[in-house]
Amino acid sequence: MSAPTPSFAGTPQARLALSHIGVAIAAFAVAACMGVLQGLSIADVEFPMRDESLYYMFVTAHGVLMALVFTTFFIMGLGYTLTQAQLGRIVGQKTAWFGFWLALVGTVAAAYTILMGQSTVLYTFYPPLQAHPLFYIGATMLVIGSWLWGGVVIASFRSWKRDHPGAPAPMAVHGILATIIVWYLATTGLAIEMIFMLIPWSLGWVETIDPVIARTLFWWFGHPLVYFWLLPAYVLWYTVMPRIAGGRLFSDRLARMVFILFVVLSTPVGFHHQFADPGISANWKFVHTITTFAILFPSFVTAFTVIASLEIAGRLKGAKGLFDWIPTLPWKDPFFLAMALAMLSFTFGGFGGAINAAYGMNSMVHNTAWIMGHFHVTLGTTSALTFMGATYWLLPRLLGRDLKFKGLAVIQPWLWFIGMAIFSTSFHIAGIRGLPRRVFSASLAGDQGGAWAGLAQLGAIGGVVLFLSAIAFVVVVVATWTAGRKIEAPPFEFAVPLEPVTSAGLWDRFGLWTIVAVIMVALAYGYPLISLFLTPRFGSPPFQPF
Amino acid sequence: MSVNVYERIWMWGAGGLIVLFLAAIGITAVAQAVQPPSHIETINPATLDEHPEFGDPQVVVAEDGRVIVSVVAEMFQFRPDPIEVPVNTPITFRITSADVVHGFQIVGTNANAMAVPGYVSQFTVTFDKAGDYDIACNEYCGMMHHVMVGKITVKGERP
Repeated sequence: MSAPTPSFAGTPQARLALSHIGVAIAAFAVAACMGVLQGLSIADVEFPMRDESLYYMFVTAHGVLMALVFTTFFIMGLGYTLTQAQLGRIVGQKTAWFGFWLALVGTVAAAYTILMGQSTVLYTFYPPLQAHPLFYIGATMLVIGSWLWGGVVIASFRSWKRDHPGAPAPMAVHGILATIIVWYLATTGLAIEMIFMLIPWSLGWVETIDPVIARTLFWWFGHPLVYFWLLPAYVLWYTVMPRIAGGRLFSDRLARMVFILFVVLSTPVGFHHQFADPGISANWKFVHTITTFAILFPSFVTAFTVIASLEIAGRLKGAKGLFDWIPTLPWKDPFFLAMALAMLSFTFGGFGGAINAAYGMNSMVHNTAWIMGHFHVTLGTTSALTFMGATYWLLPRLLGRDLKFKGLAVIQPWLWFIGMAIFSTSFHIAGIRGLPRRVFSASLAGDQGGAWAGLAQLGAIGGVVLFLSAIAFVVVVVATWTAGRKIEAPPFEFAVPLEPVTSAGLWDRFGLWTIVAVIMVALAYGYPLISLFLTPRFGSPPFQPF
Repeated sequence: MSVNVYERIWMWGAGGLIVLFLAAIGITAVAQAVQPPSHIETINPATLDEHPEFGDPQVVVAEDGRVIVSVVAEMFQFRPDPIEVPVNTPITFRITSADVVHGFQIVGTNANAMAVPGYVSQFTVTFDKAGDYDIACNEYCGMMHHVMVGKITVKGERP
């Protein structure tokens, strides 16, 4: 696994991965345009066609395209790439392509109903707001497509294991397998909500729906979704970043442990999104608080291992002092730079997350602009900027083309980092001061005396900087894809561990840990959901106030 | 499994920090009753107009001196509006929705709960400062979500 893997540019496997990455970046480009207009609208900057219906439609489309489409397609493409690079095979390519088209058709169908203004329900789609049935059906197709992706990766791993009995999965594949298990656990909640509640209700087969049960199923999905975005970033930080920097993976075994802890802990945590909800007892909210805090642990370990791996790089280059290894790192490499800035952002995001998860303190920030600030520095930077950096690493290897506009590719992560620092800090502060999230205008009903106007304007400036960064990213991608100089594709290379794990151990037993995780989900959700079902409840009819 | 000594220290430190966080949350939850609004009570949203309490939501002073404020959130207003309550008195808010999910956030305070159709949210807070407060809807509820703002006037004496 340490030897460079032969390139596979030009093969069907590369085309498969590139197709997913292409869809992801197209979704990103569309959503970025909407994002900047949302920022301007909140700050009350007038522009042609600015109105409420366009704003809330954009919020819906931006959320769906960024959080669900860009991420899912990118992670699928990355997963296929790492599978081919480390295992030398993708087993079930017909299934893989079927999954791709299913997910793409579903995405287009859902996106069409959003752009037609028939599904302005935001990406959380809380009933009794009701979208067009195709919105729910399309989203479900996207998820089923991703399930097939997971199946193909697992089948490829099983095939590889038959050829390598007793060997642990190569580290990047280990991380992707953990990501897939988290995704299966998460999307089970979503599938139940879609198939048994939202789709029949949107088609008129049932008249009413229970909003709290729907919200509970949504957050069963919605929080582990965060780790579905985060784990592939961790995979790259552990396995590729130290390699690019010239270091070693500090601890192979602990890295494996970290991914397994995410498998076990990522799903039984959803109530920390529902602290303010009626219908769920405080005791169960506290149980989910404990699991939420427990999940900080693997991220703390990641911070140590990844930074130690990078320090090794500096030491190998001769750095002797406490911090002088830092300047020796390849800050001019767009891949490395993007990941390093993404990691730095995550330290802020992690602190904010601990506040969100704090049972009592959450009341100060729940559903305020703080939350928007928080997930833009986490998903919007930690994951998104890592994926942008990863694109700079993937494209030359998958296309056999040299990266075009390398200077621009080095400026781009800085722009994103600075833009996000301005954007996110502004909205964190505005949220603490009470600005609700997802508002057409920060002046609300108009009599708030501009309490938040200055912060919203600062946020909009951050949004414009982010938009410039997004343009730079798309320009580099399109230029490389269409006009990059043809080169011999560089090999896929991964960090060599200081002490490689040579035989599969406790942290490689995916079957066992999946069973533990399923038990955790059953414990965390079983009693609250059953007691809700047994309570006499009154459903809600649909509303479409858009 | 052999773990580097620094990493071992780091992991104990991280574990200790998490235990400390949880202890702080647990102690304040039990000792000071710092808990999120978690009331369990259902109500039929279709017949809200005829409901004895929410048919005409208002501020009621109970016999024991507690003030109970019943609120209906609906597109795109809160009823009653404005709400008048006394300062330095425990106020119990009881909130439901007549249509979609709304938020009920008293700006500048930690009073923050969801208004969900079919359910009643309930929590008790005490205002230690008199004055006017805005109530913002903090859950997207339709095209006029952002103008859904109510008022609370906290008066320096009991009503």
